Amino acid sequence: MTGNYLSSPRGLKSWLITVDHKRIGVMYLFSVLFAFLLGGIFAMLIRIELLKPGHNIMSADTYNRVFTLHGAIMIFLFIIPSIPASLGNFVLPLMLGAKDVAFPRLNLASYYIYVAGALFAIAAMVTGAVDTGWTFYTPYSTTTNGSVGLMTFAVFVLGFSSIFTGINFIATIHKLRAPGMGWFRMPLFAWGIYATAIIQVLATPVIGITLLLIIMERVFSVGIFNPQLGGDPILFQHFFWFYSHPAVYIMILPGMAIISEVIPCFSRKTIFGYKAIAYSSIAIAGVSFLVWGHHMFVSGQSQLANAIFSFLTFLVAIPSGVKVFNWIATMYRGSISLEAPMLYAISFLLLFAIGGLTGLFLGALATDVHLHDTYFVVAHFHFVMMGGTVMAFLSGLHYWWPKMFGRMYSEKWARVSAALIFVGFNVTFLSQFVLGSRGMPRRYYSYLDQFQPLHVFSTVGSWLLGLGFLIMAVYLWASLRRPMDAPANPWGATGLEWQTTSPPPEHNFENAPSVTRGPYDYSSPEPTSAEVEA
Amino acid sequence: MSTAATPHGEFLQHHFTTAEQQADAGKIGMWLFLVTEVLLFGGLFVGFAIMQSLHREAFVAAHHQLDRVLGFINTVVLLTSSYTMVMAVHSARTDRRKRVVVYLLLTLICAGVFLGIKYVEYSHKFHEGLLPGRYYSHKGDSVPGQFMFFSFYFMMTGLHGVHILGGMAVILWVLRRAVRGDFSHAYYTPVDLVGLYWHLVDLIWIYLFPLLYLIK
Repeated sequence: MTGNYLSSPRGLKSWLITVDHKRIGVMYLFSVLFAFLLGGIFAMLIRIELLKPGHNIMSADTYNRVFTLHGAIMIFLFIIPSIPASLGNFVLPLMLGAKDVAFPRLNLASYYIYVAGALFAIAAMVTGAVDTGWTFYTPYSTTTNGSVGLMTFAVFVLGFSSIFTGINFIATIHKLRAPGMGWFRMPLFAWGIYATAIIQVLATPVIGITLLLIIMERVFSVGIFNPQLGGDPILFQHFFWFYSHPAVYIMILPGMAIISEVIPCFSRKTIFGYKAIAYSSIAIAGVSFLVWGHHMFVSGQSQLANAIFSFLTFLVAIPSGVKVFNWIATMYRGSISLEAPMLYAISFLLLFAIGGLTGLFLGALATDVHLHDTYFVVAHFHFVMMGGTVMAFLSGLHYWWPKMFGRMYSEKWARVSAALIFVGFNVTFLSQFVLGSRGMPRRYYSYLDQFQPLHVFSTVGSWLLGLGFLIMAVYLWASLRRPMDAPANPWGATGLEWQTTSPPPEHNFENAPSVTRGPYDYSSPEPTSAEVEA
Repeated sequence: MSTAATPHGEFLQHHFTTAEQQADAGKIGMWLFLVTEVLLFGGLFVGFAIMQSLHREAFVAAHHQLDRVLGFINTVVLLTSSYTMVMAVHSARTDRRKRVVVYLLLTLICAGVFLGIKYVEYSHKFHEGLLPGRYYSHKGDSVPGQFMFFSFYFMMTGLHGVHILGGMAVILWVLRRAVRGDFSHAYYTPVDLVGLYWHLVDLIWIYLFPLLYLIK
């Protein structure tokens, strides 16, 4: 047997100049995990500061910088690249039976652009930081001191990395599917990644030009967003959310894509409503471009526009609901086993349902006036992004970890950590729904005494969460020190990625695979390795 | 069709099975990239439209400062370069290797002329104090607020100019490969893709010219 992709070719240089999608995926994985750690540390600091009103461990100015960095790092350095660039890069070509993505060098370029963007972001952090919030609203962002210019430039650069990943995946899915894999024989993961890539390509350039305009405004006072010069600051919000609302679907769609893989596998059943799930991904991508105005219900947008955006926002619930019901129908009468990936998938279902439904509260005009810019929004956002995307990311990470590194992790500790994260998450953020509905504004450094018990509750939850992630870091790291003993297909799953060795050889498959059946055929016996090689 | 047997199998990357598959993937990638370019400029066009509707008089007054004749000459230059680019692609496809080199060179020269004329225009504007934003110092304006027009003029033509420079760089790259004799009817994707990009850069100018030079 030839060596696997991790060991051949050897040497640091072979990794730095690799064009292998698997290695690039692994490099992305460790990079986004590092970003997640950094953003997580900022999150813990925020929660500690909020233990009691007034000054605890940092000044108000520092607090503004810390929550901005938490948001900017989590959004631009972690969650946007998280699933597509790490797991997607690794798994997508394997699932399609391809040897690589369509443009391997562009893929490597995307990684280095990501690294460059991350370096700019770190440079911005240490040279005065940013206190605008991750949304960079004008006119504050064009007038405040600090490194707003450097940070927006970092995000501009990161955008190219995202665009290149998107272009690569669309071309890969169109042109590199194995013989016999028609569009409706693709795993739903590929559909989700495809829908994500469409948004990455269509939305990201708009944030690019918007951020350039902020830089221009800061350097030249061009006037477009400055009301004193005849510009319009609300125009910035339109530009910003024209990207950033679709961007939350860049974040959630790949999560949904993972859930569509994990649930049938651990329910031992064919997915229910394959085409409905596939089309609903595309529908979400489409609708995502038409709802940005719901961020501006109280910004002085016209009532007519508000009503239209509110209606369109409700439309998102339909394809999302289609997915959730199909996943539950898949589990119905399935033979469910609760290994770590499935635990996270079920967490996703529960938390995403809460996150999604509270989104409807915010999409409704009357309630949004009350809830806008409160902790209710913070809680909703974290339920969808952390309860949704991060849970799905962890599900996928545990699902494909044996494939990526050829080693099993401790199932026992994985379950402990999953339980801690689930409980810790709910303690942290359910309390914030209550805080928000009682009027606690977001981004405030201090608060009224009556809010303290719930803030303490939330902070204790963040410690449980932190402990859960600490345990995960330990057992995943420990697994890497074990001998490579993972079987090719530890979960008895059907995707093509499970038909090659764990970890896969350098060019993915010993023999080019061809596809003769549907993607979730759990009813017939597993294909034997002899059948694969035939 | 097995491309390994053709003389140009050397350009087939390992993860593709056929040359057509590789060429199609390249085209999909380039078209998607062009879409991102349209959206990038789209932001500026939308911003221009909104600011122009808010400050119509100032924009109309300001655009009289631009030199229509130079703008028109540049439009002709770029259209010509689009023609030479198409001919370069066509020559590559029909195995006329020397012509590929000639047409690419002509395209490059047109791009250079365009930038040269742009340089003349820019230095004239600098001299008059017709600069973006806070650096605007033109004297004797009858309508206030003309700086905003020049903010957009410089951002839009500047971004376009950067794209021209990028285009010249990639044209130089395919020119070098054309001189080396890489291209034939079996393999001319790079010329094709650079051509697509160049047409988009021209197309954006086709919109910029009337928008900035000919508004009413």
